[in-house]
Amino acid sequence: MDFSIITGNLGLYFEGLWMTLQLLFVSLLCGLGMAVPLAIMRSSKNFIVQAPVRFFVYIFRGTPLLVQLYIVYYGFGQFEWMKDTILWVFFKEAYFCCLFAFTLNTAAYTTEILRGAIKAMPFGEIEAAKSVGMSRALMLRRIILPSAFRRALPAYGNEVIFMLHGTSLASIVTLIDLTGAARVVNSRFYSPYEAYITAAVFYMVITYILVWLFKKLEYKWFAHLRPRKELA
Amino acid sequence: MFDLQGYFPSLMEGLLLTISLSFFSLFFAMILGICGALGKLSSYKILQKIMNGYTTIVRGIPELVLMLLLFFGGQMMINQLAEMVGYEEYIDVNPYFAGIVTIGFIYGAYMAETFRGAIMSVSKGQLEAGRAYGMSGRQVFIRILFPQMIRHAIPGFGNNWLVLLKATALVSVIGLDDIVRKAALAAGATKMPFTFYLMVAVCYLVMTSISVLLLSRLEKKYSVGVRTV
Repeated sequence: MDFSIITGNLGLYFEGLWMTLQLLFVSLLCGLGMAVPLAIMRSSKNFIVQAPVRFFVYIFRGTPLLVQLYIVYYGFGQFEWMKDTILWVFFKEAYFCCLFAFTLNTAAYTTEILRGAIKAMPFGEIEAAKSVGMSRALMLRRIILPSAFRRALPAYGNEVIFMLHGTSLASIVTLIDLTGAARVVNSRFYSPYEAYITAAVFYMVITYILVWLFKKLEYKWFAHLRPRKELA
Repeated sequence: MFDLQGYFPSLMEGLLLTISLSFFSLFFAMILGICGALGKLSSYKILQKIMNGYTTIVRGIPELVLMLLLFFGGQMMINQLAEMVGYEEYIDVNPYFAGIVTIGFIYGAYMAETFRGAIMSVSKGQLEAGRAYGMSGRQVFIRILFPQMIRHAIPGFGNNWLVLLKATALVSVIGLDDIVRKAALAAGATKMPFTFYLMVAVCYLVMTSISVLLLSRLEKKYSVGVRTV
């Protein structure tokens, strides 16, 4: 191991870290924002409402993220008409393509997680809400969503980790994220151990910080399930 | 737009490679997974530590980074080792083999966690009963533990298989001629990237759909002994 290669390129790694975190948090935020209405639509009893969401989730969960990214980044360029529209300002940028593909991907997985959590809603709570005369919107806001979010938390934590690992694909379409930084260092010095192990350590640290944060959040959100400290 | 301009056979060749790669990696991952699970549950502290380290580290790192590390780093290591024993020529690692080992190694860690959970959900009393009948440890494993653990392992195993299958798209990055790379070549030659990558997506969709179907059948078959309300 030649540590001078690592210390000499730490700046590059930190730039990569910043890019990875940006990609991760922007796509997670947009994906979650999309997933909430989609999950509500998916749990509707009306087939016409839930069918398009089902299709969307099926497509995005059934194909590799890499292929989705390629379709957005390389594929959209096939349509000449698209290059004349305002959309091309965005889709010619690798950064935007990554955000677009990652957001749709995480939205599909999160929709499925939230749907499961909504489906597991105890009947009694919904009946109680109905019997006090809540409208459907009020019931969603006060009863269903808060409880569904709580139940979805552990699975969503896993999704966040998967997404963190998924952002490494951005390096394949020329972005310099953490993996991209490692690839640059490897090609410059031909030293795969130093280059990739450094990136791996960065990823592990982020992974375990995220795991820890979700544990904390679970502890707080599941306060009602904690064993009582003193006997009343 | 859906004219493949004669590249269909080439794509199918790539698909075949993707499928064979996935099955061999799955096989390797299952062996590692069983070893990992047994190691984690064994009474030897060192074995426990090694296996816990393996699953923790592998699951904390993106597949792509591990793949690049194992492919480039592994190639270098093999050459350094060969040099140490006096072998002069440069050894080129076969990327197909490297792909199988890498993907198998990564998903072995996920399989180990799944199998560990499955083994733990077989009630201890049954294993003790087996021992009480005078069965050897091996017999208890084959006759009692394994058939029951399969049932608990199938849902997790199915998820791992689907993730593994989709991860095989990454081997195109280390230079394997899988379906993604064949599509990239065809896209470059015909200037129709959308068409070809869409074809790849459809192929993966078909493979995952068939897998889901078969897995749900398998789950039903192995749950015959479970009472349902």
